[in-house]
Amino acid sequence: MKQYSRIILYGDYGDREVAGSGGQDASHRDWPLWEVFIRSKQGLDHKHVGSLHAADAAMAIENARDVYTRRQEGVSIWVVESRYIHASNPDEAESLYDPANDKVYRHPTFYDLPDELTHM
Amino acid sequence: MNTESVAVTPEEHFQDKVNREVKIEPRDWMPEKYRQTLIRQISQHAHSEIVGMLPEGNWITRAPSLRRKATLIAKVQDEAGHGLYLYSAAETLGISRAEMIDQLHSGKAKYSSIFNYPTLNWADIGAIGWLVDGAAIMNQVPLCRTSYGPYARAMVRICKEESFHQRQGFEILLTLSKGTEAQRRMCQDAINRWWWPSIMMFGPSDDASPHTAQSMKWKIKRISNDELRQKFVDVIAEQVKILGMTLPDEALAWNEARGHYDFGTINWEEFWNVISGNGPCNRERIAARIAAHEEGAWVREAASAFAEKQRQRSGGKDEKAVA
Repeated sequence: MKQYSRIILYGDYGDREVAGSGGQDASHRDWPLWEVFIRSKQGLDHKHVGSLHAADAAMAIENARDVYTRRQEGVSIWVVESRYIHASNPDEAESLYDPANDKVYRHPTFYDLPDELTHM
Repeated sequence: MNTESVAVTPEEHFQDKVNREVKIEPRDWMPEKYRQTLIRQISQHAHSEIVGMLPEGNWITRAPSLRRKATLIAKVQDEAGHGLYLYSAAETLGISRAEMIDQLHSGKAKYSSIFNYPTLNWADIGAIGWLVDGAAIMNQVPLCRTSYGPYARAMVRICKEESFHQRQGFEILLTLSKGTEAQRRMCQDAINRWWWPSIMMFGPSDDASPHTAQSMKWKIKRISNDELRQKFVDVIAEQVKILGMTLPDEALAWNEARGHYDFGTINWEEFWNVISGNGPCNRERIAARIAAHEEGAWVREAASAFAEKQRQRSGGKDEKAVA
């Protein structure tokens, strides 16, 4: 029997903002939430570094530069509105990832080979 | 597999993860009290970063040289960034930014009481960097290992940036300590005024801190208030010698048996008084925050209106494909 407290997903924030939060006027509503990804140097992947609020993509990138790259932490920035991110459910982690456990033959060390065999 | 026959409550499963040092992430199950405690602690921490810009911002225009001005601006800008990292971490727990800002403005949410003291002269900027940021670092380093993932990641980022703050503060005091008699007096005066408030920053002593036990069990908190305070006193009591200054505490003395410095009794009445809104600058700080928020309302509205117009013009097409 599982018991859940309120579960809030990353993506929920954007939806709530679009719907308006409790009839407050526009100046009290948050700008949409954006997730920020930074490539720290050429040749590396963009990596999630955090999030921020911005009215549009251009502002999100400018703010990301000011907040997340004050010390030359990056050479390229991606931003995506948080509500567009779909995530796997942690409660299903067991069934999602477990099948990999019993397939050790996918690893090179599974195979018994003589020591004389080199360059392999 | 016989695990299915063992009934494990979500709470037990959660505590087991915490015990094994597995970080809790936003979408994982967590006790409601854990969520609430984190929201309170992280937002309070974020508010402190934001309000903390006010006493220092006070001296940007009057910094004694361009070098000092540039470093102070960089430091204050860092504090804004730290506030943002923390607000973002709190938002993953299901509270909106607007709600947190409202709680700060209404007085429902607290911030570190240290920022309710005034910065009277330039030496105060040095004392804040050395003592206030020093105490903050002492508090924050263990939080890099806190059990909630987004909070821990924000703290790692913050700690990397904080060490420049403390060094710039100490350098200001070091320069004053080598200056004229009047400058040396300024330096000592600032230390005298900031010392006690800065050791109050570690919060009430352990026996008066009702949440500590639960927070330690959940590994939100890793080291108790009194332990951190003692570490801080031990470090500062040595560093102050390099300045050729003293700490305003007659009871301060090395205790060979304990391997620590003994120090005097904190004026807890002052601490609670400042926390409950009666410090020298409480009203001024909140009034400044509210004014900044209200006077910036038209900017937020204009940006939203502009974004909406752009969206309509592009007819809902994606703005630009990522290369």
